[in-house]
Parts: sequence; C-alpha cells; structure tokens
Amino acid sequence: MDKLRLRFEKTGRAVWISHLDLMHTMQRAFSRAGYALKYSEGFNPHPQISIALPLSVGMASVCEIMDFRLNGDAGLGELPARLTKVMPEGIRVTDCYEQVNKVALLKYLEITGEFEYDERDPSHMAAALERFYAQDAVVIEKKTKRGQGQSDIRPAIKEISFAPGEGLVRLHAVISAQEPTLNPALLADALRQLAPELYPDYARFTRIENYLENMEIFR
Amino acid sequence: MDKRLERILPRVQKPARYTGGEYNQILKDKTKVDLRVAFCFPDTYEIGMSNLGMSILYHTMNSLDYVWCERVFAPWGDMYEEMRKAGLPLYALESGDSLDKFDALAFSVGYEMAYTTVLDMINQAGLPLKSAERTELLPLVFAGGSAAVNAEPMADFIDLFVIGEGEEMNNELLALLRTAKRENWSKRDFLRKAAQIGGVYVPSLYDIAYNDDGTVAAITARDGAPEKVTKRIVVDLDSSPYPTNPVVPSTEVVHDRVNLELFRGCVRGCRFCQAGYIYRPIRAKKPETLVRQGIEALKNTGHEDVTLLSLSTSDYRPLPGLCDGLLDYCESRSIGLSLPSLRADNFSMEIMEKLQKVRKSGLTFAVEGGSQRLRDAINKNVTEEDLLHTCAIAFAGGWNTVKLYYMLGLPTETDEDIVGIADMAGRILHCWRENAKNKNRGVKITVSTSCFIPKPHSPFQWEPQITREEYLRRVNLLRSSINSRNVVYNWHDADTSVVEAVLSRGDRRLGPVLEEVWKNGGRLEAWGDYFRFERWMEAMDKFGLSVPFYAERERGVDEVLPWDMIDVGVRKAHLVREREKCYASELSPDCRHQCMACGALRLMEGGKCDG
Repeated sequence: MDKLRLRFEKTGRAVWISHLDLMHTMQRAFSRAGYALKYSEGFNPHPQISIALPLSVGMASVCEIMDFRLNGDAGLGELPARLTKVMPEGIRVTDCYEQVNKVALLKYLEITGEFEYDERDPSHMAAALERFYAQDAVVIEKKTKRGQGQSDIRPAIKEISFAPGEGLVRLHAVISAQEPTLNPALLADALRQLAPELYPDYARFTRIENYLENMEIFR
Repeated sequence: MDKRLERILPRVQKPARYTGGEYNQILKDKTKVDLRVAFCFPDTYEIGMSNLGMSILYHTMNSLDYVWCERVFAPWGDMYEEMRKAGLPLYALESGDSLDKFDALAFSVGYEMAYTTVLDMINQAGLPLKSAERTELLPLVFAGGSAAVNAEPMADFIDLFVIGEGEEMNNELLALLRTAKRENWSKRDFLRKAAQIGGVYVPSLYDIAYNDDGTVAAITARDGAPEKVTKRIVVDLDSSPYPTNPVVPSTEVVHDRVNLELFRGCVRGCRFCQAGYIYRPIRAKKPETLVRQGIEALKNTGHEDVTLLSLSTSDYRPLPGLCDGLLDYCESRSIGLSLPSLRADNFSMEIMEKLQKVRKSGLTFAVEGGSQRLRDAINKNVTEEDLLHTCAIAFAGGWNTVKLYYMLGLPTETDEDIVGIADMAGRILHCWRENAKNKNRGVKITVSTSCFIPKPHSPFQWEPQITREEYLRRVNLLRSSINSRNVVYNWHDADTSVVEAVLSRGDRRLGPVLEEVWKNGGRLEAWGDYFRFERWMEAMDKFGLSVPFYAERERGVDEVLPWDMIDVGVRKAHLVREREKCYASELSPDCRHQCMACGALRLMEGGKCDG
C-alpha cells in the first residue's frame, strides 16, 4: 500500500530519541508488529519512510507525521494499536490514513510551552512576556550556515499568548512551520539575547497540531 | 523524570542513552518486590547494551518475582561532569531512582581496565568504596564476569564475587539475600553463609600472607569458606534461559543485533588464550534451539541482523544446518547473518557462499604468530597453507579486504618470527594477484599487532610480559619489514597492555593503587580518551609497587599465585604441561581429536563435554 500516513505522539522519555534513531526505531517497530515496510530498490535498499518536519531532541509532540509504504495490504484501523503495543515508552500511534495533503502544504504549527523560573515570580512574567512579543520586530542573532546572521522571528509568529502557572509560565502559540521555519526554542533564546530578565531557567515545548495556510488541520 | 536530569540532557551527547524507556525494558512495582538490584555495567550504555551476558542475567534475575533488577551504565565524560555539577547521583534507567534505593549493586566486570569505573560507580551511588567500611548488610556490592577469575586487586571493594556463569548462581545468592534482609542478618553472617553457595568467593574470608620478596606465601580460608572456590557453569544450555525479548535500545549501540550463542568453551587450547581455558568444558546448543530462539528474538526485537557468537564458530559441528535454518528466515526479510570467529583452517567454501547471499564483509584472521614454529609453540593451529588457501577462495569470490591480527611478545618469539609477519602479508598479496577476479578494485591487507598479556588460568600465566621498550623495538622491526603500499600496519600502544598485565595477575596490594588512580580522576580507562599511563605509574610508585614485579617477572611454577583460591576447572598440572610443550614447539591436538584431560569435565555432574 502506498502513500500512507501515520500520526503519532512522542512524549515523556521518548523526546530524547533523535530523529535518526527514531527512524530506526520506527523501522523495527513495524517489523515487530508484523508489517513489511516497502524498501527502496537499488544497491543499498532502505525502508521508504519519511517523517515530516523532524522534531528537535528534547521537544515533545502529539501530532507527528510519518509517511510510509507497505508491502501488501493492512487494516489501517488496527494499525495504530498494533504499532503502539511494540513502541518504546512515550511513542503512541494515534491514527493511520491515506495521505491527504502534501507535506509542503503544512504551514503552521500550534505549540505549547512551559517556561520555568526558579527564583523569579512567574505571576509577573506572563504579562511582561506578552509585551515583549507584542513588538513589531524581534531581531535575534542566529547561527546560519554562513556563520552569524540576523533574523526577525516576529513574522513567523502568528499568535502567541502567555499565562501564569505554578512556578512557570505557560505559552501557547501558532508559528510558521515552513518557509520560514521557526524553531520554538528560539522563542526562549530571543529572551536570552534581548530580555535576559525574562529568560526562563528552563523551557520545554510540545507540538500540538499541524495546520494548512487556511488554518484547517493538516491531514 | 527528575528535573535536574531533564535540564542536563539538552547539553549532553546522545541523551537517549541516559533516559531508559526502551522497548522490552522490565518495569515492576517497586512496592511489591522484596529486593531491588542495580545491575551495573562499568562502561558506557553502548558497550553494555551490546553485552549478551548482561542481557541474559537481566532476564534471569528479573525472572524472580520478588526481585526487580534494573540497568545502570557509566555516563560518558560530558554527562558525568553535568551530573556532578547538578548534584545528580547515579540512577537506574528503568525507574530513574538513585542507587541508594537499592538492596544490591551487581557489577558485570569483563576486563581489568573497568576496575576504576567500578570504584567510581560505587562512589556515585553514595557508598564508601571499601567493603569493610560498608558495615550494613544492604546494599550488598557484588561482582562477576570474566575478570573475576582473578579478582584480587578488587578484593577490598567488593563484598563478594560470583565466579563463572551467573544464570543459576545469582538467583541462589539473591534468595539468600532476601532471607537475610527479612531476618535482619548482619553483613558478617550473610557473607559467611553466602560463601557456602557454589561459585561464591568472599575475599574478606581469606587471609593472604606474603613472603619477603613480595610473592604470596599462603592463602588461608576462614569461617568455613571453601579453600578453593569452584567456578559455576550451566550444564545444559538448551534448557538454560535465553532472552528472546531483550531490551531494544532506542539509540545506536555497538552491536545492534540479535546475538545467538552457539556454545561455551573452546576445543582449541591456544596457550595464550584465557577465554579458551576459563569457559571450559564445552557445551553446545542444539541447532533447533538456536533457530527457534533466533527467529523468536528477531520477531520480538525487529533487528535487521543476527550474529552467531562463540569462541570459534567453525568448531560448531552443526554449523551448516544452523545457517540454513536461519537463512531460510532471514533472506526473504533482508536480515543479515554474520559469523565472526571463523577459523582459517576449516573455513568452508560452502559457508562462505551462504553468507555471500546476504552480505559481504571483510575477512579477519587472528593469526597471532608470524611463523609456523611460533604458532606451534602457542598451539594456534593455523597453517599458512590453510590461510592462503582460504584467501585464494575469498579473493576469487570477490573479497578484497583482509585483516590479520598478531601479538608481539609471545613466549619464544624471535626477530625472525616478526619479520615472518611481513613475509606472510606479502604472500597474501601475491595470492590476491593470482586469484582476484577484478583487480581494478584493489586490495587492502591490514596487519595489526598488540602486546601480549599473560593471563591467569592460561598456560602462560607464569610468563613474563615484554617491556614497553622491547615492544616498540619489535614494532619498529615489523614496520621496517613491511614495504608494500597495499599492506597497512596498525599497532596498539603497549601502555594499556602494561597496566592490564599488572592488574590481571595482580594481588590485593593493588587495591590502594586502584583507589589512588580513581581519586586522580581515573574512570572509563578502557577508552583512549580517558586512559593515562602516568597516573597508573605514579600510583604504583606511591605504594611502592613495581611493574616489573607484576608484569615482567617470570613466576616460579611452585609459587603461590594470587588467584590460587579460584578453581576454573582446568587443572594446574595441565597448564604446566601445555607450557612445557610450548618450549618444545609441540602442538596439542584439539579436544575433538583427543581429550587432553584438562580437568574441566569434573564441573559437569553427569554431563558430557562436547570436545
């Protein structure tokens, strides 16, 4: 079966599995579940799987997308449960269907984040963070392939809001996933560079949902 | 997850090796078990997770419903520093709990260079290093593995050693520990009773007296401990537990594959080889068992490779049938089958062709000695004729890389033998020219040498090691003898070999040296990144001990050896005889041709040695 798409979660301890290791883990999980991934032809055959928008190590997601092909037929309904059963802790397959949208059309990512403050009172932080991101431009120094460069990350942020929580501030945002790609970690790094008093002691992020340009859910 | 850990992980290399959570990890309810065991491997995750012994014992210990055994590995330097800065103690992967929550620390020690890492892990667990300073029964610190056949340098630090195969012995020990914990025994009482379990060696129950010249005068067992601790073995491997559902790492490890163990022991009797003696008698698994377990493990893990493990794969009698059985399953699924440890002398065309169907890797031969005379002296039954014959078949079959391993400093080695290595490489090159199907692809012949280390319980246990300077002289002689561009020569540094020689035949007086090296930062010293020769020499000096005494001195056959309380099965008289035959350049037949009555059979009640 061609052009299949998997939706899965990568949370908990699994967030530390790198992209490359995840590909390998997926390959083995399919084999354990008794599914034969379709291999490429050629001298060094490899399974035809591809994960859209590789996730940074340490970042969680409940909306990962992986495209794959299978040899023969498989009941797509039972596939998520069968795969989840043989996954490492923290990886849960939630859906499997025939690809609808092209990966290139995945435009926005909804994310949440938690900014932890050890010494500072987070209740005052949320408002300050909102003010910071209400600016028209947030120009940061960014490592690029050609060394240091300057980049305005503000246009890549479609929505952003902060709310105080216990010992932390919760972030909710919709950011550009592709062209340009905004790594959520830069939302904290911008603070380190431009507003160190707001820079959290630790920041963790979770991808929540993928959207098309028109904010319909990417399928 | 511990917050300190979560904040460290983004800053270290390959964080997935520090998190646990892998598929097939064993989770239990810690409130419902009587004993929590931290199974500690004194090296990195990547090495430890490749170790079959670790995988087997993790499962056998967890097969006890009252035990939860978890894995602990040594963090790499970056992680180690971060943990120290954050005040994060060493923890077990499954639960994430620090080691102070455990009832026992069980160390798997495969080689001497891991000793300082063991000390470091005991320290990271928040425990005093010395057994005598840990006065409470719990946590018990015990160790096993092949290095335990001479455990003396570690005697101060480890409460007890398990000698030999741990499948049954560990569980007997844990059963006793459970009773001791429930009934509140003192550590002293527990150790005395534990010493009655076959294979358990409690160093504190043995007094060592020394002669004026520093050699051991006498070893005296106390409090009912056996005079000799006899190695434990599993008699029937077919019915012995083999985990077909091992933990599958979520990150790359050294040997990422299904490991099938064909047999234990070795029929060959190479005189330099400790493994060839300490794993006797020979016990093979049935091919049906292996095919069944192999397929089951492949299904349960999703691995793409399976490897056949043993000391000498070609000596597994039903090898062709086993390969057929496994290839039946593997070929259609693109699963690779690899056979390391094939011998050059009975490497058959048939097997090679079978493997070729799946994947083609380079040829590696452990030739060990550069002349037939020397190979006869060390009882390495490889003839140059066999080797060249095998290479001819391989070259004709399209192979074009050959690796040749040798040791320098073997007993009776002469300069002529060393030059012989270069000559042999030259003849293999010539063989390639005559047989290669496609010469355009070129050929690469790699010669590697390491410095011979005399090991306890081998026929060369009395032999001196050559000095570092002499090793370098021999390396340079070989270097200048190799003059073909197709032959690459790699030599291992002798520094590690010197330290290994001291430790492997060392005695208890080396305990303070280990502690000193550890205090000065020594850990993970099997890695070139962390090994520092000077640190060892300074520590030896500080305690008035010398390398020549331990490593470079020929020991008298009637000298009491520091490891004489350990009986691995093979009798000393057999080792003496084999050593004498070395000096006469006389071969001993392999066990299949003629049993040499080495003595190991007495370890098997009613069993039959497969030699």
